[in-house]
Amino acid sequence: MRILLVILRKEFQQIMRNPSILRIIFMMPAVQLLILPLAADYEVKNVNLTVVDQDHSTYSQLLLNKLSASDYFIIQDVADNYDAAMVDIEKDVSDIILTIPPHFERDLIREDEAKLSLAVNAVNGAKGNIGASYAANIINEYNQEIRKTWFTMPEFNPVPIIDITYSNWYNDGMSYTLFMVPGILVILLTLVGSFLSALNIVHEKEVGTIEQINVSPIKKYQFILGKLIPFWLIGFVVLTIGLLIARFVYGIIPAGNMGLIYLFAAVFLFALLGIGLLVSTIAESQQQAMFISFFFMMIFILMGGLYTSIDSMPQWAQVITWFNPVKYFIEVMRMIVMKDSSLADISHNLLVIGIMAVIFNTWAVLLYRKRV
Amino acid sequence: MQQFWVFVRKEFYHIFRDKKSLLIIFALPIAQMLIFGFALTNEIKNTQIGILDNANDEASLNLIAQLDASKYFEISNTFTNPDEIDAAFKADKIKLAIVIPPNFKSELAHNNSARIQLLADATDPNTATTLEVYASAVIRDYQNTINNNFKLPYSISTEIRMLYNPQLKGAYLFVPGVMGMILLLISAMMTSISIVREKELNTMEIILASPLKPMILILSKAVPYMVISLINVSTILLISVTLLDLPINGSIWLVFGVCFLFITTALSLGLMISNITDSQQTAMFISLMGLMLPTLILSGFMFPIENMPVPMQVLSNIVPTKWFFIIIKDVMIKGLGFSSVWREILILAGMTAFFLIISWKKFKMRLA
Amino acid sequence: MADKVIITENLTKKFGDFTAVDGISFHVNKGEIFGFLGANGAGKTTAMKMLIGIWEPTSGKAEVAGYDIYRDMENIKKSIGYMSQRFSLYEDIPVIENIRFFGGIYGLSRAEIKEKSAALLHKLNLTGESKTLVSALPLGWKQKLAFSLAIIHQPKIVFLDEPTGGVDPITRRKFWELIYDAANEGVTVFVTTHYMDEAEYCDRISIMVDGRIAALDTPAALKKQFNADNIDQIFTHLARGAKRTAD
Repeated sequence: MRILLVILRKEFQQIMRNPSILRIIFMMPAVQLLILPLAADYEVKNVNLTVVDQDHSTYSQLLLNKLSASDYFIIQDVADNYDAAMVDIEKDVSDIILTIPPHFERDLIREDEAKLSLAVNAVNGAKGNIGASYAANIINEYNQEIRKTWFTMPEFNPVPIIDITYSNWYNDGMSYTLFMVPGILVILLTLVGSFLSALNIVHEKEVGTIEQINVSPIKKYQFILGKLIPFWLIGFVVLTIGLLIARFVYGIIPAGNMGLIYLFAAVFLFALLGIGLLVSTIAESQQQAMFISFFFMMIFILMGGLYTSIDSMPQWAQVITWFNPVKYFIEVMRMIVMKDSSLADISHNLLVIGIMAVIFNTWAVLLYRKRV
Repeated sequence: MQQFWVFVRKEFYHIFRDKKSLLIIFALPIAQMLIFGFALTNEIKNTQIGILDNANDEASLNLIAQLDASKYFEISNTFTNPDEIDAAFKADKIKLAIVIPPNFKSELAHNNSARIQLLADATDPNTATTLEVYASAVIRDYQNTINNNFKLPYSISTEIRMLYNPQLKGAYLFVPGVMGMILLLISAMMTSISIVREKELNTMEIILASPLKPMILILSKAVPYMVISLINVSTILLISVTLLDLPINGSIWLVFGVCFLFITTALSLGLMISNITDSQQTAMFISLMGLMLPTLILSGFMFPIENMPVPMQVLSNIVPTKWFFIIIKDVMIKGLGFSSVWREILILAGMTAFFLIISWKKFKMRLA
Repeated sequence: MADKVIITENLTKKFGDFTAVDGISFHVNKGEIFGFLGANGAGKTTAMKMLIGIWEPTSGKAEVAGYDIYRDMENIKKSIGYMSQRFSLYEDIPVIENIRFFGGIYGLSRAEIKEKSAALLHKLNLTGESKTLVSALPLGWKQKLAFSLAIIHQPKIVFLDEPTGGVDPITRRKFWELIYDAANEGVTVFVTTHYMDEAEYCDRISIMVDGRIAALDTPAALKKQFNADNIDQIFTHLARGAKRTAD
C-alpha cells in the first residue's frame, strides 16, 4: 500500500531526528544489560557470621573452622554474649548469630546430645532462609564427621541411611547471570514496546498534527500500522543489540534455537504495541501516557516471574499472571536460552501471546475514532 | 505570603484537573503494596516436581506419599524412564525430579543404605537450592520414620530463630522500597515536570517578570506535591500495618520525620532537573533514567548491594534512596532509634542541602 | 447556476446541554472565497469541524463536494484540503519531507510530487530551504507552506481555520494572495477568521453569533443593509447582542 509506505517514511524521518528516542534505543539495552545483571545477583554468599562461643572447646573451634572454611560464611566477629552479638545485627555487620552454649563439647560426648542456636536476620526473608539452610547443612555435616570419628557407620549403626545426591541441570555454574540476563532482555523489550509507542501517538495528539491525519483520507488501519511497524522494527533492533551484549559480554549462547526467540519476540512485540496503542487512546497528555504505561508495566514486570517465582504466588495472583504477557516471554526466554526447548514446548505460550496481540490491537483499532 | 497561597491553589487546581494522573498517583503505591505484600514471596510451596520410581515397592510408595503430603511439593509428573525427565524440564513442567533406585526397600533393609538422586532445574539457582533443601528434609523425615525415630548418638540439634521477620515475609524489604520509589516519582519527577511545563508554555517568563519572588513560585510548586507525598506515605504505612501485618517497630514520628526529609531531597532533585531542561519529555526521561533506574538498582531495595561488584557498591553511596532505605529499615523493622541512625540522617540532609544550593545557584544564573 | 459545493440544512451540534451550533443553513458556491466570521466561541470552528469530519453533527443535514457528511465522509476527505489553526505541519522533519508526506497521502505519484514540490518551493521562495526543518522557518513561511500543502492535491474545497493568526498585516496580505491564486484555479475556499478586514477579501461572508448565522451576504450588500462603512461595525453591532463571549 503506497499510502502506508508514505506514512512509514515520515515516521522514520521523525524517529531518526529525535535524539531522545535514539538514545533510548541504543543506550537502554546497554545500560540495562551491563549494569542490571551485575546488580541483580541474588546468590547467597558472603553471609556474615558473629559467633558467641561460650564453650571455647576443641569441638567448638572445629565447628568454627569448618564454617569459615566454607565459601558461604565469613566470621566477622566473636562476641562475649548474645546482646553484644545483637549489636552486630543491628548495625548490619552480621547476618547470623551462632551461639555455642557452655559445656557444648561435654554435653555432646557425655549426654549424646547438644544444642546450638542460630539467630538469623530475616529482614531479607530469602537471604535469611537460605543462609540458615546453609548453616544447618554445615552443622549437619560437622555432626556426621563427629559420629564417624567415634564409630564406623555400617557396623555399629544398624539403622538405614538414605544417601542423597544432588545434580543441578542446565546451569553448571549456578550462575545467576544466566538466569537474569534473558529475563532482563524481556523487560527491555517490554519497556520499548509499550512506552515508546504510547508516547509517540500522544505526542501527535498534544501537538495537533493528529487532526490533520483525521481530516485526510488516511484510513484507520493505515494510521495504526504506520505507528506500529516502526516500533516493531525498533524492538527487533533492541533485541538484537541485547542478544549481542549477552553473547559478547556474558558469554551467553542460547542453548536453543535463536529463530524461536525472534519468532516469539515478533508476536510479543505486537501484543505490547497493542497495549501502548490502547493507552494512547485513553491518555490526553504525554504525562498521562507515561503514568498509565508505567503503572501497567510495573505490575507486569513485578509479577512476571523474574524476581520471585510465580509458583510461590497465591492462587489469585497466579490467575492474574495468566493475563500478563511478560510472564510468558520470560518463561520462553529461559526455556530457549537455558534448556533448548523446542517449538512444541513453547507453543502454548506462543498461542496465548498471539491471542493477546489480536485482542489488544483490535480493541485499540475499534476505540480509535477519526470522528468524535 | 498571600501570593504564595494563590500559587499553591493554582497548582492544586492543575493537579486535580488531571484526573487520570491523579488516579495513578494514588493507585500506584496501593497496587505495589498489594503486589509485594500478597503476591510476591520467596516462600516455596506447591512446586511441581516429578518422580522416577524405579522401585515401585512399599518403601518407595511411602516416601512418595510423604513428599506429596508436604506443602512444598505437588507431584505433577511420574516418569517411567530417565529421558522423560529432560523433556519435562524443557517443557517447564517441573522444577525438581526425584529418582528412586530399583529395589529401594530391600536395599534399605539389607544394605542399610540406598541412594536417592535429586535433579534440580538450576535455571534459578536459589530456587533449586531451596527445593533441594526441602526435599532433603522430607527424605530425612521419612528416614526417621522408618528408623522409628531411632536417635543417633552424638546428635547436635540446631534451633533456628528468625529475627524481625519470623514468617519470612518478603514484604519487609519492599515496604521501604515502595515508599522511596513513590516519593521520588511524585516529589521529584512530577515537580520537575510541573516547573518545566511553565517554561514550555511560556508562562514562566510572565511570572519571572512580575514582582513575585521566584522562591515563592518554586515553593508553591513544591507544597502540593509534598502534601500528596505525605498522603501516599500514610497510605503505604496504613496498608502495611493493617493488611500486611507489618508492625512499625520504631517511632512513627521518626518515620514521618525521615520521610519528610526524603521528600525534601526528592524535591531538590526535581528542582535540579527542571533547571537543566526546557522540555517536559526530557524532564520525564531524565527523571526515569537518572533517578528511578539507579534508585531501583543501586538503593538496595531490589538487589542486595553486598553482592554487587565493588565499583557499584561505591556508586550506590551517592544514591540518596539508599540512605533513606537503610534508615527506614532500621527504624521500622528493627525498631532502632535516632541514636542509631543519626549518621545516615546527616548524610541525607547533607545531600539535600547540596542539591538545593546547586539548584539555587543555577536558577539565579538563568535570571541574571 | 453555480455549483453548490457546500450545502447545510439545520446543522446542529450540541455538547451535553450546550448548543454550540444551532441549526445553521447555508450554501457555498463553487469557486467562491467564503468567509466564516464570528467572535471566539460563536461556533464557527465547531461548524467547520462538522463539515470536515472531526465532529459528528447532532442533527441536521449537510453535503460537501456533493457527498453526504454522514454516509460519505471518506469521499469528502479525498476532495478537500484543511489547514488548522496550528498549521498541522510536522515541525521536526524538513520541508521536502512534509511535501512528500502530504502529497503521498493524497495519492499523488512520485513524479507528480517531484513536479509539484519544485513549483511549490519556487512559488514560496523556499527553493533553497527544502532540507530545512520546518521548526526553523519563520511563522509567515510556515503558514504559506501549510496552505500550499493543503491544496497540493487540487481539492475541490479547502478549509482554513484562522490561518493568519500571529503575523503582521503585510504577511497576512501576502497569504491572501495565495488564497486568490487558489480560487482562480477553481478551488473553493472556506475560511474562518476573526480579522474583520479579511472579510473584505471574500466573495461572501457569514457572521455567526451564539451558534446561529446572524448575517450572510456579499460584503458590499451587508454594508448597505446595516448602513456600515466596514464589516467591523456590522460585527460589533451584531455581537453586542451576543450572550456568549468566551471560547
